[in-house]
Amino acid sequence: MIWNETKECMSRDEMQALQGARLVKLVDRVYHNVEYYRKKMQAIGLEPGDIRGLEDLEKLPFTTKDDLRDTYPFGMFAVPNSQIVRIHASSGTTGKATVVGYTRRDIDVWSECVARCITMAGMGREDIIQVAYGYGLFTGGLGGHYGAEKMGATVVPMSTGNTKKLITMMIDFGVTGILCTPSYLMHIAETIEEMGVRDKIKLKASLNGAEPWTEKMRDKIEGMLGIHAHDIYGLSEIMGPGVATDCRFHAGLHVHEDHFLPEIVDRETFRPVADGVTGELVISTLTKEGIPLIRYRTKDLTSMDHSPCECGRTTARIARFTGRSDDMLIIRGVNVFPSQIEAALLEMGGTTAHYLMIVDRVNNLDTLEVQVEVEEHFFSDEIRALENLARKIEHVIQQAIGLAVKVKLVEPKALERSMGKAVHVIDKRKMD
Amino acid sequence: MFVKQLSVFMENREGRLEKAAEILKEQNINILALSMADTTEYGMLRMVVSNPEEAKTALKENGFSAMLTDVLAVRLEDQVGELHSLTLVLCAKGLNIEYMYSLVSGERKAIIVKTSDAEKAAAAIRESGLRLYGNEELCR
Repeated sequence: MIWNETKECMSRDEMQALQGARLVKLVDRVYHNVEYYRKKMQAIGLEPGDIRGLEDLEKLPFTTKDDLRDTYPFGMFAVPNSQIVRIHASSGTTGKATVVGYTRRDIDVWSECVARCITMAGMGREDIIQVAYGYGLFTGGLGGHYGAEKMGATVVPMSTGNTKKLITMMIDFGVTGILCTPSYLMHIAETIEEMGVRDKIKLKASLNGAEPWTEKMRDKIEGMLGIHAHDIYGLSEIMGPGVATDCRFHAGLHVHEDHFLPEIVDRETFRPVADGVTGELVISTLTKEGIPLIRYRTKDLTSMDHSPCECGRTTARIARFTGRSDDMLIIRGVNVFPSQIEAALLEMGGTTAHYLMIVDRVNNLDTLEVQVEVEEHFFSDEIRALENLARKIEHVIQQAIGLAVKVKLVEPKALERSMGKAVHVIDKRKMD
Repeated sequence: MFVKQLSVFMENREGRLEKAAEILKEQNINILALSMADTTEYGMLRMVVSNPEEAKTALKENGFSAMLTDVLAVRLEDQVGELHSLTLVLCAKGLNIEYMYSLVSGERKAIIVKTSDAEKAAAAIRESGLRLYGNEELCR
C-alpha cells in the first residue's frame, strides 16, 4: 500500500520541478520573514532573485543547530506567534534546548508524512497501534500519534513508563503495530519473553527511530517478536519522526522529497557527493511555515540512492545511518561509532544488544571500556571460562574498531534500560 | 553421586552479597558451605545449600544470574593426610581440579571439588575407597 501515490511515485522530472518551485518560494519566505536569514544572505550578497531553481541550491548558506541556539527561543520563526499552534523542543542535553514551532498546516503536513511512513511499514486503518514514544516536548509521541490517527488506525497513546502494562494492553487489545525507539522495543521483547507471553501477542510491525540502530539489531528484534521492524527517521529541527522510512524491501529509507529536499555533502569540503557516497545529510524544509530551514546540517551520516525501488515509490532513499557525526568518538585518534560495537556484539552472539562504552583518559592516554551484558546461558561457574569469554569479546570488538578495548562483563539487566534514547556512551574525558 | 552446587555471578558492587544472603534467608535456605572466588570486577559465589532448586529460582527472580553445577562432595576425616589421599587419586587419573573448598556441617566433613571430568573423578574416588556424599545425605 502507498499512502499518497501522486507524490510518492512522481517521475524525477516532475519531482525536481516541484522541489525547484518550492525552494524558490522558501527562500523568498525566509528572506522576508526571518531577520536571521536575511542578514545571513545579505552578508554573502545573496538575494531571493538569485535562487531560480534547484541548480542554485549550492549558493545558499548552511543552517546549523548553533543558529537555532543563537536565536533561542523564537528567533527563527517565520510567522507571528498567533499562527503557531504547537511548540516542541529538543532535550538540550548537550546545550541549550532548541525550540521549534508548528503552524496548523505544518501539523497537517507532519501527520501526512507519518501516515505515509506507517503505510510503508505495512500498517493500515484496521491496525491497532501503540505509540510508545514519550509524549511531551519530544516530537516522537505526538508526531507518531497524529500520523497514526490521520492514517485511520486505532491509536493507543501509551507513552513510556510502564512496560508490563504496555504488554498487558498489547495482549488484551490485540495490538498489531508499535512506534517506539529500537532500544525500548528490545526491552519490551525481553520483557515479553520473561513473562512467557510471546504466543499471546498479535504484533506484526513496528516503526523504530530517534536513535541509530543496526541491521543486526533489526534481525534480533524481528526474530524475538516475529514482526517486520522498520526504521523511521526524523529530527525535531526538520519536523520530528517521519522525514523518511524504509519500505518492505528495506533498501534504504524513502525521503518525503516533496516536503524535504535532501542533499549529501562531503564532511570536509561540504560539496555535494554522488549517489552511494557517504557524507552528511543536509535538508531544506520545502513547505514548512513555522520554522522553515535552509540547508540544515543534520550531523547524520548516510548516502543517497535515486534508483527506482521495487515497491514502486520513486522518492530518493537514504542508507541506514552509520552514525551521527555527533556520536562519533575519537579515541586515541581513531574514529569510533557506538553502532560498530553493537554490530560486533550481535555478530558474535551470546550477548544482549545492551552495552555501555566508558571512555576515559588515564595518564594522558585514552581508554575504552565496554560493559557487556552476558546472556544467562553463557554463564559458567568457572572464572576461567568467563575470562575467556571477556577476552573473546575484546578480540571481536578490537577487530571491528581497530583499537584495544577492555571488556567488563556485567550481570544480565545490569545496564539501565532506556525507554527513550538509549545511553551507550559515557565520555569521562569531557568532564574534566 | 553428584551434589548440586549453586553458583551465583556477582559484580563487585556494594551490597550484592548482602542482597543474595537476604534472599536465601527469606526463603529459609541453609548454607552448608561456600566459597567466594573474586577477580577485580566480579565474583563467583559457590554454595552448597539445603534446597538448591528453590534457591536458584528465588535468586533468578531477583535479577541474579544463578546456575546449578554438578560437583563432588568427598567425605573426609578430620586427620592429617586426608587431602593428600584425595589429590593423589585424582592425580593418578590425570584429572585436573578446577576448584575446591571445604564443608563442615554438624558431623559431616567433606571437600567439595570440581574436576575436569566429573564422571571419571567419581569413579576413581569410589574405587579408592573414599566415600561421596549425595545432596540428600548432606542436607539431612
